[in-house]
Amino acid sequence: MKVLMKGNEVIGEAAIKAGCRYFFGYPITPQSELPEFLAKKMPEVGGVFLQAESEVAAINMVYGAAGTGARVMTSSSSPGISLKQEGISYLTAAELPCVIVNVMRGGPGLGGIQPSQSDYFQATRGGGHGDYQNIVLAPSSVQELADFTMKAFDLADYYHMPVMVLGDGAMGQMMEAVEFKEENLCSSLPEKTWATTGCSGRERNIINTLYLNPDLLEEHNKHLQQKYEQIKNNESRAETYLTQDAEIIITAFGTTARIASSAVDSARAMGIKAGMVRPMTLWPFPSSAIRETLTHCRSILDVEMNAGQMLDDVRLAVEGKAPVYFYGRTGGIVPKASEILEEIKKIGGISYESHLRQA
Amino acid sequence: MKVISGKPESLTDKKYHYCPGCMHGVIHRLVAEVIDELGLREETVGVASVGCSVLSHNYFNLDMQEAAHGRAPAVATGIKRVLPDRTVFTYQGDGDLASIGSAEILHAAARGENITVIFVNNSCYGMTGGQMAPTTLPGQLTSTTPLGRDVKKEGYPLRMSEVLATMDATAYIARTSTHNAKHVMKTKKAILNAFKAQQQGQGFSMVEVLSTCPTNWKMKPVEALQWVENNMMKYFPLQEFKKVSGGDQ
Ligand SMILES: Cc1ncc(C[n+]2csc(CCOP(=O)(O)OP(=O)(O)O)c2C)c(N)n1
Ligand code: SF4
Repeated sequence: MKVLMKGNEVIGEAAIKAGCRYFFGYPITPQSELPEFLAKKMPEVGGVFLQAESEVAAINMVYGAAGTGARVMTSSSSPGISLKQEGISYLTAAELPCVIVNVMRGGPGLGGIQPSQSDYFQATRGGGHGDYQNIVLAPSSVQELADFTMKAFDLADYYHMPVMVLGDGAMGQMMEAVEFKEENLCSSLPEKTWATTGCSGRERNIINTLYLNPDLLEEHNKHLQQKYEQIKNNESRAETYLTQDAEIIITAFGTTARIASSAVDSARAMGIKAGMVRPMTLWPFPSSAIRETLTHCRSILDVEMNAGQMLDDVRLAVEGKAPVYFYGRTGGIVPKASEILEEIKKIGGISYESHLRQA
Repeated sequence: MKVISGKPESLTDKKYHYCPGCMHGVIHRLVAEVIDELGLREETVGVASVGCSVLSHNYFNLDMQEAAHGRAPAVATGIKRVLPDRTVFTYQGDGDLASIGSAEILHAAARGENITVIFVNNSCYGMTGGQMAPTTLPGQLTSTTPLGRDVKKEGYPLRMSEVLATMDATAYIARTSTHNAKHVMKTKKAILNAFKAQQQGQGFSMVEVLSTCPTNWKMKPVEALQWVENNMMKYFPLQEFKKVSGGDQ
């Protein structure tokens, strides 16, 4: 059954549907509807909502709760996510599952409160200290906020690691019809035998991240890297739109992809063979979905709400086999479909090569 | 109170890595004895902090989590909120608790988290080489106050027990010392009170234990114990600052 809900609240409801009963967070615009929703809902389902003294404390509460084997979530927006990075590194090292939501706003610094995608690097390159990655899911509709949030808990439990849902202020505020599909939840996850719950009837469990012996620390790193290889092979996802015969491929994620898809439609209406690849996972990055278009695609236009971050991953995927152009808006400004259409026209439409502008 | 001979079950067989004359080992043992006496070993989750006791999970024969520097009270909050019927304690040094983790300890106490904090005050950062801590005494020589802590530049030590005792939601706050056998036994009694307060759901409990760091103080173990008595205790008076009524303490 579909219900009409606001994006930020959908994340909260999806978490509850996925069995999450613990939420620790600190208020920040534009995601405050999510903790406010859970402050009301968690007690109703026997769960805990706790407003922490800071994002640093919140993420460490997540660490403690995750260490008991509970499904747990925290959310914030860009400046708060920066503060959580210490904790995320420790959660990764201890291989503790949790879900972290970043409803991105413009930066750097305090920046602004309008939607942005400028935390792409931070999200997809680990973010804190050490060699690590988080799985990063990039929903592009309210329905996907529900689906991906629920999926995030399964992925976190399956791979024993933090999973980030990377949205933006526009998506958090959006109202759309949504359905919570509990049947999609995985029913066969391994038991959390490592959890620290009191050692009654078993050997004691220890959750730690210190390896003073470099050989052991290297072993631990190798283990993490092996896990990441497995994730790269199994979990990268992208949606393609009109790519079959496309000569110009747009790459975009999240809110930007919604706008870019209407630019693609307009371009098609003008006879320009445009298409789109929309990464649904930002790490692992769906490079092959982009590479597959290169048999017929003449050029690529990456569009983001930042100064060009996913652009690096697109270029790596393309390996120089086609020119990659970029169009981005920063500061919390959402690009218009008409602006994107102009870029498409410059690259491959009306006046073809004459306006080529290398990114 | 029973006097336990031999090793408490809540300690492993692993040999301590602590320096000779360091009181961390003694304090570990007191915590372990109290947990044994209350029969809580199998239902306790401990939280180790970052400092010389970072490897305390090698010694406590219990489920343990190792927290980031200063964050143990937040980690313990997360554990306790999921498992309210388990016993949860943190074991923290003075750099960990009173400096980098000052926000986490204040707010865990303000919320009245029903956890027990063992706060080991040795007036310096032991693990990293004896730098100034928030508890370093005026005039005390450390590797970052080579001329002695100058209160005009570095301010005054933080008396955490006194601060936390003012908070409405704290149930038991005491400062004790380990400089002689009598005070070691008093420390044990205070730790017992703190764990009992938690058992009875009274809220946040903390025992601040004055301890030694002979290595960084550049003293013999016996001199270090005397230094605690003659210097630290003047600035950090031993006292039961708070004990809520009720229960059988
Ligand atoms: C974020 C961070 N900053 C600094 C350090 C380095 N560090 C490790 S232990 C420590 C101080 C520990 O002192 P204390 O808490 O007093 O414990 P002790 O070693 O004296 O028992 C510091 C600064 C760290 N591990 N993490
Ligand atoms: S450095 Fe100090 S606190 Fe650390 S083990 Fe040695 S004596 Fe104890």
